[in-house]
Amino acid sequence: MMGHWIISPIVLPAMMGAFIVLFMRHDLVLQRIFSLAATAILVLITGSLLVSASHNPPEIYLLGNWPAPFGIVLMLDRLSAMMVFLTALLAVLVQLYAIGTNWDARGRHFHALFQFQLMGIGGAFLTGDAFNLFVFFEVLLIASYGLMIHGGGKDRLRAGVQYIAFNLVGSSLFLIALASIYSVTGTLNIADLAVKAQVLPEGDSALFRVAAIMLMLVFAIKGALVPLQFWLPGTYANAPGPVAALFAVMTKIGAYAMIRFGVMVLPPTTPATGTMIADLLLPTAIVTLAVGAIGVLGASTLGRLAAFAAIASMGTAFLAISAFTPASTAAALYYMVHSTFAGAALFLIVDLVTERRANDGLRRALPPIAQSGLIAGLFMASAIATAGMPPLSGFLGKLLVMDALRDQAALVWTVILVSSFLIVLGFARAGSVVFWKAHGSAPLEPPSHDRQTLGFVSVFALLGMLVIMTVFAGPIMNWLEQTAAHLHDPAAYIAANKLPEVK
Amino acid sequence: MEALVAIALGLLTAAGIYLMLRLRTFPVIVGLTLLSYAVNVFIFAVGRLVTNAPPIYVDATTPYTDPLPQALVLTAIVISFGMTAVIVMMALGSFLEAGHDKVEMTDDTAGESK
Repeated sequence: MMGHWIISPIVLPAMMGAFIVLFMRHDLVLQRIFSLAATAILVLITGSLLVSASHNPPEIYLLGNWPAPFGIVLMLDRLSAMMVFLTALLAVLVQLYAIGTNWDARGRHFHALFQFQLMGIGGAFLTGDAFNLFVFFEVLLIASYGLMIHGGGKDRLRAGVQYIAFNLVGSSLFLIALASIYSVTGTLNIADLAVKAQVLPEGDSALFRVAAIMLMLVFAIKGALVPLQFWLPGTYANAPGPVAALFAVMTKIGAYAMIRFGVMVLPPTTPATGTMIADLLLPTAIVTLAVGAIGVLGASTLGRLAAFAAIASMGTAFLAISAFTPASTAAALYYMVHSTFAGAALFLIVDLVTERRANDGLRRALPPIAQSGLIAGLFMASAIATAGMPPLSGFLGKLLVMDALRDQAALVWTVILVSSFLIVLGFARAGSVVFWKAHGSAPLEPPSHDRQTLGFVSVFALLGMLVIMTVFAGPIMNWLEQTAAHLHDPAAYIAANKLPEVK
Repeated sequence: MEALVAIALGLLTAAGIYLMLRLRTFPVIVGLTLLSYAVNVFIFAVGRLVTNAPPIYVDATTPYTDPLPQALVLTAIVISFGMTAVIVMMALGSFLEAGHDKVEMTDDTAGESK
């Protein structure tokens, strides 16, 4: 049992962010040391939370010691422990990259904003209260606004305004959805909602259905489901490389919330909503995958290529979620973890290329870049992972998704296979423009560039995660299957909340 | 009173959405602000509209108004206020950098000139 440790993934980054702003805002070296140390400690803490959660039933943390459902609670279960651990692991690698490539020196407060971002993400995963989820969404968003425009520049600022405007609309929608749910059920505690949604009076079910759809729309915005994906390409393509890599976990928050609410609170057996969510999610996920794949094929810049690859991966993840069976949820979780690392690695490699090429357009070939051979190899590896070809975990992930969606094999398999082919084509085209055609106009010596060893260490570590996920796919899937089983039968989660008996 | 609140909500939302669809940053921000006002009133109203009742539950027979939406709306007001401040600053920054406040981005300007 973890006791007060449950809140530490929120408190530690919050304190560290404030500490960095207050006491070391002029000293980048100190900022780097403290921020990296905090993130490394976060990996250890979340790692032990993960171990504890896999051996114990879900554990509750009462904020202010008010009992659920009246107080706000944090919940540590296998899914939330896994997601915070994933976030911390990704964060420490991305931070190494930002330090190694000096990205954090291009503007102020990178490390403080980074810590606040971690606080928001950790809170969103750990909270057991729907309104608190909204609050943590806002925390992580406001930090992401600052990170997104880190380094400045006209295009980045303009893309930032669009990103904020889109998310403000999303937040309004989230509030409307939560208010409607409260007006029907009288609670916003997630476990309490899971109980009350099953026994809703018939007269309230219409309003509840509308509220549920609005809630799912909000998560679809976060997860970049078509037709709500418009914010993603501009944001990710214009954000600094390491920030875009950290954002790889932000779309997963949408998928996480969709699993939490779609599987646990409103499963297809709920009388009020029925299979409505699944029925809507399947076609939108298919279109998302198609749009992502076509976008990869037609992308005009490397940044947009990576962004559309992220959309395609979300399409695959949501496709798996839409079946709402334990097997498909486990496959979705595996694919989400894989695509977090694969997407982050891709964004970092794109940043390596863009920095050396001084231009990320794909319309014409430019002279070869420094360290061209090594970066081309890394690009190839991340392309294999993203497209889902063997031997990396993307292949296993897609195989698991397809296996879980056997019922709709004709449609779903076609879409997954054709879109994978398009993604392969898109990456082959981009790789040949950037790395092969470059040699046609080769000057005698490629321009020199900092070696940035630490940056490469980070990229190799991210790709190493994919290798680990491939080699240990069996044990990981066993663990994820148990996690999915807990999500589909949330009795233990609800029991941990010790809700008062309904009279 | 319900009709009055509902009409006000509808008007605020409609005006907000209309302004949000404009192509300049300033009307978009004003539209987002109007929408957040509408949302705040809506949250306030979901606890049911009761007049002359304290937000304290005594027993089932005494009238009371639900205090929780009032707490929720306070949080929502603070957050939307902060977010509006952020977007105003960001819009100002992008206006000063780009020299205009158009919302849309064309593919040619995004990426190539980085």
